[in-house]
Amino acid sequence: MSLDKATVRRIATLARIEVPDADLEATAAQLSGILSWIEQLSEVDTSNVAPMSGGIDMESISTKPRWREDKVTDGGQTEKVLANAPDPQDGGFFGVPKVVE
Amino acid sequence: MSYIIKGDTGDWEVVIGLEVHAQVISKSKLFSGAPTEFGAGPNTQVSFIDAGMPGMLPVLNGHAVEQAVRTGLGLKAKINKRSIFARKNYFYADMPQGYQISQYDMPIVGEGTIVLDMPDGTSRSVGIERLHLEQDAGKSVHDQHATKTCIDLNRSGVPLMEIVSKPDLRSPEEAGAYLKKLRSILVYLGTCDGNMEEGSMRCDANVSVRPVGSTELRTRCEIKNVNSMRFVMQAIEHEAKRHVEVWESGGAVDQETRLYDANRNETRSMRSKEFAHDYRYFPDPDLLPLEFDDAYIAKIQATLPELPDDKKARFIKDYGLSAYDAGVLVAEQENAVYFEGVAKGTDAKLANNWVSTNLFGLLNARGVSISESPISAKNLGRLVQLIADNTLSSRMAKEVFEMMAADGKDPDTIVTERGMKQITDTSAIDAAVDQIIAANPDKVAEYNSGKVQLMGWFVGQVMKATQGKANPGMCGELLKKKLG
Repeated sequence: MSLDKATVRRIATLARIEVPDADLEATAAQLSGILSWIEQLSEVDTSNVAPMSGGIDMESISTKPRWREDKVTDGGQTEKVLANAPDPQDGGFFGVPKVVE
Repeated sequence: MSYIIKGDTGDWEVVIGLEVHAQVISKSKLFSGAPTEFGAGPNTQVSFIDAGMPGMLPVLNGHAVEQAVRTGLGLKAKINKRSIFARKNYFYADMPQGYQISQYDMPIVGEGTIVLDMPDGTSRSVGIERLHLEQDAGKSVHDQHATKTCIDLNRSGVPLMEIVSKPDLRSPEEAGAYLKKLRSILVYLGTCDGNMEEGSMRCDANVSVRPVGSTELRTRCEIKNVNSMRFVMQAIEHEAKRHVEVWESGGAVDQETRLYDANRNETRSMRSKEFAHDYRYFPDPDLLPLEFDDAYIAKIQATLPELPDDKKARFIKDYGLSAYDAGVLVAEQENAVYFEGVAKGTDAKLANNWVSTNLFGLLNARGVSISESPISAKNLGRLVQLIADNTLSSRMAKEVFEMMAADGKDPDTIVTERGMKQITDTSAIDAAVDQIIAANPDKVAEYNSGKVQLMGWFVGQVMKATQGKANPGMCGELLKKKLG
């Protein structure tokens, strides 16, 4: 599978990564290379295999995953939550550039 | 009655589907142990998971699963014993992970049904497409600071049920009836408090139009986050008219997300449509498939309360109420419980009149809910008994009702204290009647010469003479006998 420049530009926008126009061609070639490497997987016949949604085969594990009890065990740590915030605001808010729709 | 928009080229009908986000009643969040309580100080209910810190892993809240299954059962829907949590990817300042954990092609609940009770007494069945579990985002506060948006993550990670209807609704009124019924069912089930002001129930509406008679589905617009039933209905009405204008002027409606502005009663485009629906869903690798067995579902099924539709049917059958009256009583669970408290062991129709007219009137006038009623169901039930067994006339009962509302006393005490017992003893009324007839020979003569409408005046005089305690029916009978 090979990607064109327009697709790379779109993927970059969705991922909020800046790719200068001059780099688009090279990036397209690299991403296409990665995709064709992964495409080798399609050589395996999976017509009789149910799709998995993760790395664990649920049939193979003897104990089912435990759910959390509905108890309050966390929170009340505003300073810690905001500790790495670049622009905390009065009252305990994160500050971000104005988002107006 | 169908809802038609008259256009220049002909008649149009509106096609509506609703997506309701209902906050699950739970103590803690969907994937963390932080509290969900409304109204706490900014960022005081945030775990590192809710803040999207690297390396934090979500752990599923079992109670939220139970609530979703309970809701699915209440909507008579298919429960999926295996479902998958997926990541819905988009960037927004109030969603620190960069994705929302939701469910995509394998939701926990599949197709179901809601029966709408329309104001004209008819009912109509509307399909539910699905219900899935997902986490809420944080809150953006735009008016706190001139150049910044302030972010509060307390709501981040709060469990939501997104309930999606089929595009079965055909008028703003039906959309309103759908929301009302869904809210009622959720509150009965105890899975959502239904409080639209606090945002525990939020609604997005998908709206499109088509010429009457056509079965096509034209391009729809999604109207986001309309936060009252009235606004949902207004927004749909406005949006449908806008579509008709666009189509009739030779244009085409763009598929987009729009925001309803209640002040101006208009919708406007909200997000750039180019990327609006490119969420790149994929199964969340941090979470295992959500699985449970039939026994788990059966256990929840066994704890379901009597739901509004069943209660309504029972009220019609057991109490002989009309479909309309029963529908009004069961819409709010507390009202239904109160009514049954009143109706116990007395005339049910009379009980309904006193609850629906007198009590609801009193509560409305005072602006209080039924849980704050100054009159208990037991006392109102006793008042109804006193009317039914002729101890009180309905006029006296209204007076007693006012006194009960004023001081919360029980009706027997009031009746005894004030000596208000209705006189049903013939001899006592007899004396009063004789006295009135003796004192008013001119009126008697008028009556006997054919002026029969004077009967009302005579009854009034007897009532006055007995301080309103005489049974009006018996007065009438005795007077007729003696005058005739």
